[in-house]
Amino acid sequence: MNKIQINRWKDQLFKIWGIACTLIGLILLVVFIGDILIDGIMRIDWGFITDLPSRKAEKSGIYTALMGSIWILGLTTIIAFPVGVAAAVYLEEYAEKGRFSALLEINISNLAGVPSIIYGLLGLEVFVRILHLGASVLAGSLTLSLLILPIIIVATRESMKAVPSTIRDASYALGASKWQTIWNQILPASSGGILTGVILSLSRAVGETAPLIVVGALAYVPFAPSNPLEEFSVLPIQIFNWISRPQHGFIENAAAAIIILLLVTFMMNGVAVYYRNKWQKKWK
Amino acid sequence: MAKEMEVSIEKDIIMSSDNIVKKESLKGQDAKISVKNTKVWYGDFQAIKGISMDIKPNSVTAFIGPSGCGKSTFLRLFNRMNDYVDGFSMEGKIKINGANIYKKKVHVEELRKEVGMVFQKPNPFPKSIYENVAYGLKIQGISDKKLIDSRVEKALKQADLWEEVKNDLKKSALALSGGQQQRLCIARTLAVEPSIILMDEPTSALDPISTAKIEDLIFELKEKYTIIIVTHNMQQASRISDYTAFFYLGELVEYNKTKTIFTKPEKKRTENYITGRFG
Repeated sequence: MNKIQINRWKDQLFKIWGIACTLIGLILLVVFIGDILIDGIMRIDWGFITDLPSRKAEKSGIYTALMGSIWILGLTTIIAFPVGVAAAVYLEEYAEKGRFSALLEINISNLAGVPSIIYGLLGLEVFVRILHLGASVLAGSLTLSLLILPIIIVATRESMKAVPSTIRDASYALGASKWQTIWNQILPASSGGILTGVILSLSRAVGETAPLIVVGALAYVPFAPSNPLEEFSVLPIQIFNWISRPQHGFIENAAAAIIILLLVTFMMNGVAVYYRNKWQKKWK
Repeated sequence: MAKEMEVSIEKDIIMSSDNIVKKESLKGQDAKISVKNTKVWYGDFQAIKGISMDIKPNSVTAFIGPSGCGKSTFLRLFNRMNDYVDGFSMEGKIKINGANIYKKKVHVEELRKEVGMVFQKPNPFPKSIYENVAYGLKIQGISDKKLIDSRVEKALKQADLWEEVKNDLKKSALALSGGQQQRLCIARTLAVEPSIILMDEPTSALDPISTAKIEDLIFELKEKYTIIIVTHNMQQASRISDYTAFFYLGELVEYNKTKTIFTKPEKKRTENYITGRFG
């Protein structure tokens, strides 16, 4: 066998290895989703989405949990999006490059890796106890905002860095101030990347359970929250609660709720992918 | 031995700088830009080693020299684009219309309305053609739609682009060809109504036909504007410029009428460079 043949053979081997690895991930996912679908798809109807929780499995719905999730999602967006983007703009454009900003940078990256339950404990102490917000939607949203801020900051900075410096030069050369350049050129040009980061981080937030349990989200809430200071539940907690019940009916409910939660995150990821593609096209 | 030679070369160059200051043909009260003994550092590296020169209004001045000779750095002093570069520091005086532009109270934004710039690679904003030209006006707070419309049209006409784009002003600027993009960048600069236009190798990324168009344009524009162009293309310098300055290793080696530089340069080094023997 000569060298070329050996190389070709190696090439084939690597290809097979790659396909195998891809398939392992895919198959596991398909089995998991298939299992959930078999268990839960029949349970989903309009009533399941609009019914309040009940002691009887077949009468229970996800209305309060879904509404809680939507509240949490909305408030978290309102809090985390402006704060995260503003922090990123400061770090990227205004902060003087030095030891302090390097320290900040490292710590923000580290924060992205801190276990979410730690954020829950922080939220419990700061928002629930010190600020007396109680186990409210607001306390939960603030906690989740802390959780996703590092992700938003890193994603925003990366997409701002990706804007060609020639755009910045052109804007400055026309007499634009720093703020005008950021607002009119840098942020619009990086908006696709920023949105992608924000949506991906939110789809992580919507699936978070641990920090919300620590903050005091309830498994059983009789009504959907009507203002940010009310108690709440969210889909993952509802699922967790149903799975831990012995009756088979609740297992079906859990599967059905998982399908709804998956749909929500898939849709959010879909929107993120759409914006990313649109944004990439812009520069080609 | 080598050291001695270096010293003698330096002396030679310093003397030449002195000569230029004395030279009446290039100096006068009507200088648009007047540079006095300017030095620039990036950190420890000295990029400009004490240059003095005067630039005449309504003329085209070409900066030539090998890569890394400091000509782009020098050009970017005139609209203070070096201010953002890490480690940049400078000494000396640069006067435009008689006022020192490096004084503390000078607003760089105001300066850049007076001194426009066109870059090496066409860099239109990822927006519509109209938005590109209107941008410089909008950031000044001008909101009168009619005024903006008329200035956009005027600028596009000046840049010889109007006929090609007048029906799709709303189209993305990135859909234009490279040459059109560069003329758009010139239009964008003209819309702000500067009196000086700096061009940093504006045709180096363009094909010969687009290059010829830009050169024609430069020739037309010099009636109203003072143009300084950095170029690597010797023929381009000789075709379009009235004055030529030859830079080498952060020094101004020779500065004179373009005709003189290209026919009987005073310095051997200049002659070697323009005849292609080095650089």
